[in-house]
Amino acid sequence: MKARVFVTLKPGVLDPQGKAIHHALEGLGFAGVNDVRAGKLIELDLADGTDDAAIEEMCRKLLANTVIENFRIERLATA
Amino acid sequence: MKTAVIVFPGSNCDRDLAVALEQVTGAKPEMVWHRETALPQGVDFIGVPGGFSYGDYLRSGAMAARSPIMGAVKDAAARGVPVIGICNGFQVLTEAGLLPGALMRNAGLNFVCRPVPLKVENSQSLFTAQYDAGEQVTLPVAHHDGNYQADTATLDRLEGEGRVAFRYLDQVNGSARQIAGILNDAGNVLGLMPHPERVIEPAHGGTDGRRLFEGLLGTVSA
Repeated sequence: MKARVFVTLKPGVLDPQGKAIHHALEGLGFAGVNDVRAGKLIELDLADGTDDAAIEEMCRKLLANTVIENFRIERLATA
Repeated sequence: MKTAVIVFPGSNCDRDLAVALEQVTGAKPEMVWHRETALPQGVDFIGVPGGFSYGDYLRSGAMAARSPIMGAVKDAAARGVPVIGICNGFQVLTEAGLLPGALMRNAGLNFVCRPVPLKVENSQSLFTAQYDAGEQVTLPVAHHDGNYQADTATLDRLEGEGRVAFRYLDQVNGSARQIAGILNDAGNVLGLMPHPERVIEPAHGGTDGRRLFEGLLGTVSA
């Protein structure tokens, strides 16, 4: 089974990378972009039967720094 | 005085720190590989060096903070053994929970590499006893992720308890309240982004870092 973990900076935490992307989009002439936040996507290929609690523990222990980041887990249907 | 320097894959300031410690203490530090689970017996001081542990993948310092040796470092810190984390070492100590807050990408997105002026905010700590409070010193920085952030309550507590050890005089990387180095609540763990080990003899272009190590030696051997 596969799962995706989305790690994003908490609201209110300065996101320099998002700001740089925002400026670049404006430089390309795209109007109407109010804000940009950059995050990361981590794809996990897991043993069948890995439970949500285990994935959440991976996030809390390593994948996200919960001082500044939030995470969201998405399980993918096995192809 | 028995010192130890932790070595992670990607550490590249471990030898600088070892040379600094040897020059000040007269004894070679033990270099401790991150896979070890114990520190040398009777160690008086632990250095977590700068560099790019694990290539800074995932987040700076994140993987190093979970390496086997860090359990022993945490135990030693809890017993009061002085621990310094410099640059990537500071990132490792925040990721390991030994210091509060987090170090993020520099606000200007640039890698900053130059000598910077700092103010010594606390001259009462184990690490800063040889400096005067309010004194200006110059230490080099070389980092991409030195933007110190913590919530307002944590920042207020750090300030109120005198745990801001060094502050940038100019805004170098976006750090909250221009914080360059902080102490833990017991005062025996220091994390700082600038590199004191790179300015310990005149040939380095400055000696402002030397007193940090001398102060520590004086305190520990006293």
